[in-house]
Amino acid sequence: MTVEAAELSAVGIHEVALALGDDCLVLSHRLAEWTAHAPELEEEVALANLALDLLGQARSLLTLAGETEGRGRDEDQLAYWRDDREFRNLLLVEQPNGDFAVTMTRQLFFSTYQELLYARMAAGTEPRLAAIAAKGVMEARYHLEHSRLWVQRLGGGTEESHRRMQRALELLWPYTHELFEASPPWVRAADVGALPPPTAIEEPWRHSIEALLAASQLEIPDFRAWQSGGRQGRHSEHLGHLLAEMQHLHRSHPNATW
Amino acid sequence: MPPTYSENSRELAFQEAIDADRTVEPRDWMPDRYRSTMVRQIAQHAHSEIIGMQPEGNWITRAPSLRRKAILLAKVQDEAGHGLYLYAAAETLGVERRELLDLLLAGRQKYSSIFNYPTLTWADVGAIGWLVDGAAITNQLALTKTSYGPYARAMVRICREESFHQRQGFELLAELSRGTPAQHQMAQDAVNRWWWPALMMFGPPDAESPNTAQSMAWKIKRVSNDDLRQRFVDMTVPQAGALGLDLPDPQLHWNETRRHYDFGPIDWDEFRQVVGGQGPCNVQRTAVRRAADQEGAWVREAARAWEGRQQGRTSAA
Amino acid sequence: MGGPAAGPDVRSVSEADDWPLWEVFLRGRRGLSHQHVGSLHAPDPELALQNARDLYTRRGEGVSIWVVRSTEVHASDPDDQGPLFDPPADKAYRHPTFYKVPEDLHL
Repeated sequence: MTVEAAELSAVGIHEVALALGDDCLVLSHRLAEWTAHAPELEEEVALANLALDLLGQARSLLTLAGETEGRGRDEDQLAYWRDDREFRNLLLVEQPNGDFAVTMTRQLFFSTYQELLYARMAAGTEPRLAAIAAKGVMEARYHLEHSRLWVQRLGGGTEESHRRMQRALELLWPYTHELFEASPPWVRAADVGALPPPTAIEEPWRHSIEALLAASQLEIPDFRAWQSGGRQGRHSEHLGHLLAEMQHLHRSHPNATW
Repeated sequence: MPPTYSENSRELAFQEAIDADRTVEPRDWMPDRYRSTMVRQIAQHAHSEIIGMQPEGNWITRAPSLRRKAILLAKVQDEAGHGLYLYAAAETLGVERRELLDLLLAGRQKYSSIFNYPTLTWADVGAIGWLVDGAAITNQLALTKTSYGPYARAMVRICREESFHQRQGFELLAELSRGTPAQHQMAQDAVNRWWWPALMMFGPPDAESPNTAQSMAWKIKRVSNDDLRQRFVDMTVPQAGALGLDLPDPQLHWNETRRHYDFGPIDWDEFRQVVGGQGPCNVQRTAVRRAADQEGAWVREAARAWEGRQQGRTSAA
Repeated sequence: MGGPAAGPDVRSVSEADDWPLWEVFLRGRRGLSHQHVGSLHAPDPELALQNARDLYTRRGEGVSIWVVRSTEVHASDPDDQGPLFDPPADKAYRHPTFYKVPEDLHL
């Protein structure tokens, strides 16, 4: 453990806020893609709620990232004027929606992670990150509850839903290891108590997922070829397309306000 | 009303109650034609909310700022919610939402033909908020006093929630109108394309609207198509001035005698064509709805099966 | 009559192809009772509660939600309006305005 400072530096805050903000922004985009395509009208409203909550978190986090960066960039400049190699989100959140089982599995993995992380970040030593986490953890709990309910129902529903759920788990499992990778910004933040160390949330995450899957007649895939690189800006091909869509209008009018 | 009454005297009593401004509630006796008219109208309104998510939803992933993205996402979510309120109101009349959605997909029930026009640029999101929602609110405010209780109550809730929808559209266009020349041009182009279809939203002229008289007598409809249209034009013209945008009608001018704006003839052939299924996006809108319905079938079925199993477990225990 | 006399309103609920219907009751704030606000479709109680939260409290309208299967609600028949609801009209003594008391006593 290094003893460089008792509090997280501005650069340190920037790096954490950017990574977590990008997670929220990209996942919000994916969830918004469900608009007018949800399996039932009630679920249409629920998915939009998740997307809206995450977009709100993204805006707070990117604003904080901009303020601590010291280059005068606001949430929009960070969202619209970075290329995919500059995005710091997890590979998990940029994976395409697939079917409803894939979307709910992705949500389960991410919300379990976010809830554990935010709960500890809210009690952490960096007050601005703690404030965002304190609000976000309530939302994450709700997202988690929603995805848990659906994973149970799809896992224990029909033969088809069970098959689709198991396939979704196998599809997304390789991206779960990255959630707990000790990236340098996370280690620096953990050293001063702004974030928990990755190991502190990895165990509860596994325990929680394993228990739910077991109760839902689903099996943990046996897979060890982990995919990672998102936190370093090495993404899947999917992110480039997502950003092309998200950014094209804003970039087509460089000096405009909206 | 004792059951010895004949249908005829029941109908008279029903009309008297309506005349006395008594709200009709779901379990009241009502003429079959009142029931079927109400089902058709509420269903059409509900379908419009649901189909109406598509043209605006088209821009959520491309919204040019995160603030605008959040506003648009919330608005489209509201539309899903409003569709749900309305389907629930229709269900109090003894139909099921599933039946109504099937009728929509079969093309046997309609939705507002405005949603068969494409959203080509970001400014269309503003034009829909300002003009389409403005027209819808004009219509819906009148419907908060409709005779059927569940429909009127849904309208009250919807009007309250939609108050921000029109304002965000106006604000969006205002920003574009005073923005760069390209943005201003984008806004004007959108208003040019949406103005006439918005006027058509109030339906055919009163003289050609066969159901209007009966609907007015039953207080299903409280204000006629032409009166609502005029109300909307009078309200909108000054707003266009404030936006610095032109309305695409050379005949539009203030008539001091009538104390209303006069406006040019509406192209009812175009209206009939779009209502008849030949608009730019009719096929696309229905196809998206059908695909969502079909691709969601296994999810709905899984949840039913899971619940069935839970019930079995509870009763076995 | 307009239809089957089940549920709060006239509905025929078939479970074959649709999720069942639930009635939603909301407590607007502490100190108020739950009030009926509308209905929704959901496969089970847990999702019904989640959907109700999403649908009926998007603007912070409530602090507590009840959901009740529509088929579990038994309603009075509107044609019984006389026998069920008229008698209280005779019992003016149930209403405080029936009694004459000196106004300045703030009774």
